[in-house]
Amino acid sequence: MTAIGLFQILLFIAILIIITPFLGSYIAKVFQRERTFLDPVMRPVERLIYRLASVDEQREMGWREYTVSAIAIGVLGAVILYVVLRIQGILPLNPQGRGSLSPDLAFNTAISFVTHTNWQAYAGENLAYLTQMMGLTAQNFIAAGTAMGVAAALIRGFARKTAETVGNFWVDMTRSILWVLLPLALVFAIFLVSQGVIQNLSPYVTVKTLEGTSQSIAMGPVASQEAIKILGTNGGGFFNANAAHPFENPTPLTNFLQAIAMLAIPAALTYAFGKMVGNARQGWALFAAMMILLTVGVITVFAAEQGGNPLLTRVGVDQAATSRQGGGNMEGKEVRFGPFGSALYANATTAAAVGSVNSSHDSFTPIGGSVLMFNMMLSEVVFGGVGAGLFTMLIFAVVAVFIAGLMVGRTPEYIGKKIEAKEMKMAMLVVLIFPATILILTALAVMTGAGKAGIFNPGPHGFSEILYGVTSAAANNGSAFGGLKANSQFYNVLLGISMMIGRFAIIVPVLAIAGSLASKKAVPESAGTFPTTRPLFVGLLIGVVIIVGALTFFPALALGPFVEQLLMKAGITF
Amino acid sequence: MKGTSLRRVFKNAALLLVLFIILTGLIYPFVIVGLGELVFGGKAGGNLVFVDGKPVGSSLIGQAFTRDEYFHPRPSAVDYDASLSGPANFGPTNRNYIESVGKRVDKLGKENNGQVIKGEIPVDIVTSSGSGLDPEITPAAARLQAARIAVRRGVSKEKIDSLIEEMTVGRELGFLGEYRVNVLILNLELDKRFPLKK
Repeated sequence: MTAIGLFQILLFIAILIIITPFLGSYIAKVFQRERTFLDPVMRPVERLIYRLASVDEQREMGWREYTVSAIAIGVLGAVILYVVLRIQGILPLNPQGRGSLSPDLAFNTAISFVTHTNWQAYAGENLAYLTQMMGLTAQNFIAAGTAMGVAAALIRGFARKTAETVGNFWVDMTRSILWVLLPLALVFAIFLVSQGVIQNLSPYVTVKTLEGTSQSIAMGPVASQEAIKILGTNGGGFFNANAAHPFENPTPLTNFLQAIAMLAIPAALTYAFGKMVGNARQGWALFAAMMILLTVGVITVFAAEQGGNPLLTRVGVDQAATSRQGGGNMEGKEVRFGPFGSALYANATTAAAVGSVNSSHDSFTPIGGSVLMFNMMLSEVVFGGVGAGLFTMLIFAVVAVFIAGLMVGRTPEYIGKKIEAKEMKMAMLVVLIFPATILILTALAVMTGAGKAGIFNPGPHGFSEILYGVTSAAANNGSAFGGLKANSQFYNVLLGISMMIGRFAIIVPVLAIAGSLASKKAVPESAGTFPTTRPLFVGLLIGVVIIVGALTFFPALALGPFVEQLLMKAGITF
Repeated sequence: MKGTSLRRVFKNAALLLVLFIILTGLIYPFVIVGLGELVFGGKAGGNLVFVDGKPVGSSLIGQAFTRDEYFHPRPSAVDYDASLSGPANFGPTNRNYIESVGKRVDKLGKENNGQVIKGEIPVDIVTSSGSGLDPEITPAAARLQAARIAVRRGVSKEKIDSLIEEMTVGRELGFLGEYRVNVLILNLELDKRFPLKK
């Protein structure tokens, strides 16, 4: 670990610790419909939206209605996006004359954006500007707002006592977008333009180079999409190269701040949780567990990538860091980011379920790539997607107190609520559906010709490509080992299914727990209550997350990246 | 849930979708387009670089320089066609990848009159970037090419080295990113200071 690398990690952690209570208490106010400084602007817009959409903002919903509403907006959103992708050829704002997408690619992309995955089977350059704006940019807001709503409902499950309802989904989503996502995106987009991220509706520019050849340069409304793609932990690129593209991520500063912005809302939601259940330390405990897991990941990936590829040393390449080069494994990485900027971004994006990439994850060293995969295999709880990270981590917290309860033979409780059979059944559904989906669909892909046809890199790395892809889809992450030829009918459908299970099959049990908890009485804290604000709980929570992830995925990781790392050290190629 | 309330849910969902698509998919991007053009002008349009009033490229987008008198960029998976983008996606143990890096090392030796020493080839100049459009190379990769350019332009290698030094961009804010040189800007400066003798 270089001194500069260490400094950047510490600064990164410090910035997140500083913004979390501010943004977190603001989000808590938004969820609880308290006054904020944006009310004079946003309250009239909010009222207008409810009037036009005939939403009764005073109506409270039970968990079933809340769930159906969240799914309804996803289903209808997917239908609209599918239609837009299928007919973009005849729509306006299409200066490059891009044609419509094939049915399977349109299906995959539509599912991908409404499930908050933003998997890129599409190449951004093949989409018209109108599709990028009304299709992708808008869904980035709506999917993120949906996930924040589900998190708000689960928090209310803990906060409310003997209540029949968990909130109003339409209000939670609308307020999340108007008060949190849209204002932050506006500010961030303008900052990005100031750094060189483009924002225009011009046709591609053709220039004559110094050597007399011509070069066509892509254009488009990039900054507006980039900002919400990062802040909303969405991740679908405007361009095929995603955030490696200099027009999406032009400087080391944009790179660092994008990595912060990815984690800002997920981190703040832990504080919002603590605040809404009446004890900020409950939120900090979750934050601590997430931050420890993230830091270990960043350090491991950085060490692996700075270490370089021994096979390149054999053919005469110098990968040492000197005053004239950053060194390290530079295949698929940009010079301006180097090994550290790439490792930090790659960790943030896989931990926070973003999926925006500033380098080719496929070209990372096997150990570096395995950490990125493992981040996702932990069910995206290392901060995770906005909303999704918090609600999944709360499920793991429930499992952790259950295990603690088993050890001492007491009925477990968390945040003053007894955890009983119904909650545990639902929590185990969440914990089990996820690995089952990944392992079964990966097995299906490696057993079929159509699945194996997608492999680009031979040897164990080919298996890693498939495992990474299915994991990314189920975790609603969206990053890829990009060599996998994912735009085939087989993968478009397989990964589409994986994404749907990863989103909808998870939020149903989560909201069922929310409903069940809300209806319970609060149990007063006693001497026998396991304190969930202490380091002991943080350690237990990390242990549960890692053990569940490691036990289910270790065999698969051994077949892919682990064996490849050993073979690479031994000088073997495929 | 009963049929009537399910109908109401879908009605709310459809109307909210339409409203948010208009707000976040039309109004918001157009506001940024307007602000971007008003406040930042050329930046929103891609940082184009002009020579004699004609655009020769973007300072953010790499180009394929192949002639001896210019600095060459990194290998690109899209051949610097900036209407496309993307990495090569080679895995670390892919034989074709290792062999192609080996070939690039040999080619560099030939291009630079054999003055390139195996074992000292900077990694960035023989590996392809994440975007396929990386506009920059490391100072080490630029220095590797200095002798070739000095001969072709009839100036001393020291002059080229000091130009590289001058054009090197340090870490942003002192700690972010890596040391680097922009290939297009460097080549424009070459033409300005050491024009080719006709």
